[in-house]
Amino acid sequence: MAVEILREKSRASVPEVTIGATKEEGGTRTHTITVGGDSALPFHHFEGEIKNRPVVALEVQDIVPQWHENLTKYYSDVIDNPGQWAKKCVEEYGADLIYLKLNGAHPDNGNKSVEECVAVVKDVLASVGVPLIIVGCDDEQKDNELLVAVAEATAGENLLFGNAEQTNYKSLTAACMVHKHNIIARSPLDINICKQLNILISEMNLPLSRIIIDPTIGGLGYGIEYAYSILERARLGALQGDKMLSMPVIATVGYESWRTKEATLSEEENPSWGDAEERGILWETTCATALLQAGVNILLMRHPKSVALVKKHIDDLMVSNNY
Amino acid sequence: MIIIGERINGMFKDIKQAIQERDPKPVQEWAKRQEEGGARVLDINVGPAVSDKVSAMKWLVEVTQEVSDLPLCLDSTDFVAIEEGLKLCKKPAIINSTSAERSKVEIAFPMAVKYGAGLIGLTMDSKGIPKDSDSRLAFAMELVAAADEFGLPMEDLYIDPLILPCNVAQDHAPEVLKTLQQIKMLANPAPKTVLGLSNVSNGCQNRPLINRVYMAMAMACGLDAAIADANDEDLIEVAATAEILLNQKIYCDSYVKLFIEG
Repeated sequence: MAVEILREKSRASVPEVTIGATKEEGGTRTHTITVGGDSALPFHHFEGEIKNRPVVALEVQDIVPQWHENLTKYYSDVIDNPGQWAKKCVEEYGADLIYLKLNGAHPDNGNKSVEECVAVVKDVLASVGVPLIIVGCDDEQKDNELLVAVAEATAGENLLFGNAEQTNYKSLTAACMVHKHNIIARSPLDINICKQLNILISEMNLPLSRIIIDPTIGGLGYGIEYAYSILERARLGALQGDKMLSMPVIATVGYESWRTKEATLSEEENPSWGDAEERGILWETTCATALLQAGVNILLMRHPKSVALVKKHIDDLMVSNNY
Repeated sequence: MIIIGERINGMFKDIKQAIQERDPKPVQEWAKRQEEGGARVLDINVGPAVSDKVSAMKWLVEVTQEVSDLPLCLDSTDFVAIEEGLKLCKKPAIINSTSAERSKVEIAFPMAVKYGAGLIGLTMDSKGIPKDSDSRLAFAMELVAAADEFGLPMEDLYIDPLILPCNVAQDHAPEVLKTLQQIKMLANPAPKTVLGLSNVSNGCQNRPLINRVYMAMAMACGLDAAIADANDEDLIEVAATAEILLNQKIYCDSYVKLFIEG
């Protein structure tokens, strides 16, 4: 007698979000990136379609960041030139997207003017053909001014802008509406706020297909399990038809990994932990791979070798395990 | 929780008159109002007084679909009228209803399969409504077996354990709750459950209060759908809140609004 294998069939799927616009679409990107579209739990090819592969963005900043030398040595020739830095990330290190953080606009980091930041963004756009993810400097007042201007200056490029938060989402949402960009809705490790923020943004008439959620993650060893359980619950909800939690997910893997002691402590300080750089690379890689299993679609990373490992892993995960 | 709007029914004077005069306006107004209120399915019942049930059903289905994309629940004792209505439905409908009587089962189940429709099965036969939970469950089991026999997916079977007015048959209310819990254990995946909710308060003074309290109790016992007054705001708020408290939906501050908008 034939045994019928039970499979979980989903009622709904994650919507697809496309970032970037080619010349024909009104932008200047050489190609676009589409994420989402999953109709099953991550990499359950046997239960539904995993339509688009997860993607990796490398982080670029508009000022020289205070990063660990195991990171900066890979960018030392370009770290003071965001356009060249981005180019290296794409051409040498295989970044699918560039994650540009305009940290220099912060009043404590040099307080760059809006015009200077717009110039940086234009330089990066001219240097690479991949779509950009652009975030502000985490100063609410400055970001509102800055991101609106950048969104306007890049109208038609269909980029991804962040971060909209529950207490500060209106001006960025309006800018993304008017200038036709996508938005990152960021919530503080709280699934209820995550859902509510999506409702608030969609009430301003930004379509759900232009929202990416950042539920905030904890790094490996620093609360990744909270992030994992939130992501898992959201994805289960999405597949059961909760459309206000169904959007693709972005995660700040590089930022969370490279602030941990485990990724940065030197071998001299703790010989039993072994080689520091290898440890850092693996810390970021492991954090990323765990989050892939929880359903993250866009990984924001820092170390080129972690990126290579993770991209190889994604290749393996995208091989169909249908039976 | 699926609210099946009960208002397009020939038992109501305005709908009865609309059917007689073939005036689509009252039907279409109620279709829109119920959808706005929170209905996810619209019940369509030509009522007892109409002479030509088939043509009345076809007309109601057509005029309702002109203004609403909601799926319909075709409510009639006349299977010919239901089948003619099913042929016109743009979305998979629900057949309302069959009893567990074999002669009806043999018509209704194949019809549901043929049209990809859901089917409401009543836990009764020609002898009437059972008094206790065990007898209701026996009929529920027959309906589950029929779904298996005729190839109706279990999720498309809606079992109605039949609630009676609490002022005349008070002892039935707890029996129905017990039945709801047990129905969920009859098969895996389990059949769905439904109640003609407003019947619980028929003839009572404060009907909305009784309806919404009973709905919350029934939802806790496994009720999936109710044929109910979709424009009773308090009732809809209770349905939305019960979904949250049963952990069926993930909480957010706007959960009631989200429930109403579907």
